[in-house]
Amino acid sequence: MTALVFLIVYAGILIFLVGCIRRVLQYSRTPLHLRWELYPVSHEAPERVRHGGSYFEESEWWKKERRPNLAGELRFMIPEMLLLKGLWEFNRKLWYRSFPFHLGLYLLFGAAVLCGLGTILSGFVFGHPLLVVARCFAWGGLVLTTLGGAALFWRRLTDPELRNYTNLGDLVNVGAFALACALVILGSVVGDMVPLGAFARALLTFGFSIQLPAMVSAGLVLGSVIVAYIPYTHMAHFVAKYFTYHEVRWDDTPNNAKIAAKVAEYLTYRPTWLAPHIGADGLKTWADVVTTNPAVAPEVRK
Amino acid sequence: MKNVDIRDISRRDQEPLALPQKNELKPLPAQLSSGEGPAFAPLSPQTVEKCECTLDGTCALNLPRPKSREEEEVLVRKFLTGIEKLFTKENNWTFLQPLLLTMEHCTRCQTCSDSCHLYEASGRNELYRPTFRSEILRRIYFKYVKDGGVLSRWQHGDIELNWPMVARLAELAYRCNLCRRCAQTCPIGADNGLVAHELRKVFSMEMGIAAKAIHDNGSMTQLKTGSSTGMSPAAVKDNVEFIDDEMSEKTGLEVHTPWDVVGAEYLVLHNAGEILAWPENPGAFAVILNAAGVSWTMSSELVGYDSINYGLWYDDAQFARVALKHMEAAKNLKVKKVLIGECGHAHKALSVIADRILMGELNIPRESALTVLRDIVVSGKLNLDPSRNDFPVTLHDPCNIVRLMGVVEPQREILRRIAPQFREMEPHGVNNYCCGGGSGFAIMSPNNFSDWRFEISGRKKLEQVLTAFGDCLDPSIPKYVCAPCSNCKGQMRDLFAYWDLWDKHKILYGGLVELIVNAMTDVKPGFLEWEWH
Repeated sequence: MTALVFLIVYAGILIFLVGCIRRVLQYSRTPLHLRWELYPVSHEAPERVRHGGSYFEESEWWKKERRPNLAGELRFMIPEMLLLKGLWEFNRKLWYRSFPFHLGLYLLFGAAVLCGLGTILSGFVFGHPLLVVARCFAWGGLVLTTLGGAALFWRRLTDPELRNYTNLGDLVNVGAFALACALVILGSVVGDMVPLGAFARALLTFGFSIQLPAMVSAGLVLGSVIVAYIPYTHMAHFVAKYFTYHEVRWDDTPNNAKIAAKVAEYLTYRPTWLAPHIGADGLKTWADVVTTNPAVAPEVRK
Repeated sequence: MKNVDIRDISRRDQEPLALPQKNELKPLPAQLSSGEGPAFAPLSPQTVEKCECTLDGTCALNLPRPKSREEEEVLVRKFLTGIEKLFTKENNWTFLQPLLLTMEHCTRCQTCSDSCHLYEASGRNELYRPTFRSEILRRIYFKYVKDGGVLSRWQHGDIELNWPMVARLAELAYRCNLCRRCAQTCPIGADNGLVAHELRKVFSMEMGIAAKAIHDNGSMTQLKTGSSTGMSPAAVKDNVEFIDDEMSEKTGLEVHTPWDVVGAEYLVLHNAGEILAWPENPGAFAVILNAAGVSWTMSSELVGYDSINYGLWYDDAQFARVALKHMEAAKNLKVKKVLIGECGHAHKALSVIADRILMGELNIPRESALTVLRDIVVSGKLNLDPSRNDFPVTLHDPCNIVRLMGVVEPQREILRRIAPQFREMEPHGVNNYCCGGGSGFAIMSPNNFSDWRFEISGRKKLEQVLTAFGDCLDPSIPKYVCAPCSNCKGQMRDLFAYWDLWDKHKILYGGLVELIVNAMTDVKPGFLEWEWH
């Protein structure tokens, strides 16, 4: 039984990683788009980022060296990633539900990493303290994910504003997280759960001989399924967010030789838009299309 | 407020999905009253009979009703092929990545809803919620483009694709100002403004459907005659010569606009609408640039004298064609830089969006007039007396210049020097609200669409203006809304007239250069004319 549970856990993690890599490749392989930035852009110079300004505020900006403001990016990104600052600012009601949920997931991830390290370093002096911290993280993560997931589930179910925008899938998504964590909590409390260190060691060393309470097994299976499913849904926004910020909202890089080379290639694509004024016939390239004036009669164009 | 279900978009009956009522709209400040009844006059029976107008009681596109089910099916198929093309790199390399990210990762949490001035002003009408049209496109995307089966429908929801849905979606694409304030608040970075933009592209580039004012009378007229106003090169030169004469008389300075000067420092690109509707704006530019000793010229080459680029709002091909013509005019005159006048969308079009398609000799640097004017004012080249502008002034931030391009402070630096009673609107800067005329609405007035602009899309800006002048609304005090954007001025002209702000509160709108010239001591006093126009 434990072997089956562990195999599902391994498969869940593997499918999750493959899905995430697939997402990254999908977005990184799309063509460089036209600029579509949105201010404030956090890597702007500190004196401008305060009011949301850009290098266009400087005269002859193209002659001036652009200094990347990594500190500015971090000042934005760290509170956004760890504390969901945007949500706090623009949707406080949701933050109270979403933040515990996300913090719970972060803690569970942290617990997994610490467990792994603690197991590997079990012969050293750090091993035990790491496992103690991991246990705190795991319990905190399980409780917060359960409560946050349940709160999000309830909001999806009852908020009339979300009626148009909630499908069964949305309810299952958050509900499954909450249920999986609740099962592990219950199984650990009422069942005869092995210590976390022993569990981690068994998981890392294919120790299929340990016995897990049935509810913990059910929670692990459900959790693994939902983890595997994440990258194939909108829940992979932790991947998307890199692109929406770094490659869309903050992409203010002015044209340069590298960009020009890419766009030169795109201009050889052959669009097939059908409206007559586009004049695309599947043979003409974008370069042909945009250098043709549809308002001038063909005989004049010749 | 009637609840609208997403699936209602495919309803076959002829009733509008939601007919905004005045008592549902966001209440205005005490001095203005909306009254009762429908938010805008009903459409004429002829329009209702001939056109598709079953969305919300107004009609921006005058889309003709198909004569048969067969014709409907042909149009639906065409729409679907357009949607499929939208997700291919060959047809839409220009915006594919941000569109995919928005389609696939919006969590539909509705955080963006409260940031939208249309949604707020309409009293939270579901149709104007930023995610409403996105949700429709998302369902189409997963069902038809990604060939989603049962699992996908369970995950993403279902939609019935039929002609009523396509017709309503076409109108719905024109119920967004593309100000992207919603995108600013999205925790994921999804962009519902982009969705409206991309839908407009499908309708224009695949189906040949676009608002007449921005396509037939806009970009097509511009590509044919040189300007969306219809002004030929000869006509524009005549008109500007007349403006020079007027300005010379008015200022006491000799005002001359140089044309086709090869090798000038700047090619100045004005929105040609200024030349006809607000001639004092290009006139004031000429006064300032000449007084500051700037080397500049205008171009009489086709398109080279009208900075507008309406393709920005609805059609990538039209956009690129006009942008290339602008830069060809600059290249042919061998100018060192292009200076973009007080026109918001022209700023973003040429400085930001076109940047990556301007190759080699066409990649001539573009500068915002606001930056150049700031440098001139700060340099002390002009003799300025701020007491000439000693009346309440507030600043409208054009979305295209501020939130979408990051030019925030230069205009403020100028106003702080020349307008002693300058006060901000709240919120302002990159958090501003659109004037309600963005994305082409300022020039669109078919049927009762203007009323929709005044009652709904311009409502938030109206509130902001009245609040900014809350301490001095008495009509004995003249007040000035500085709007350094031609389209915003067009919207304000119509909006203020509709709500009678001039007679009731003596609130005037105008550009930034007019205020600068009004403060110039070398100019005869009284450059600003306190009269409604």
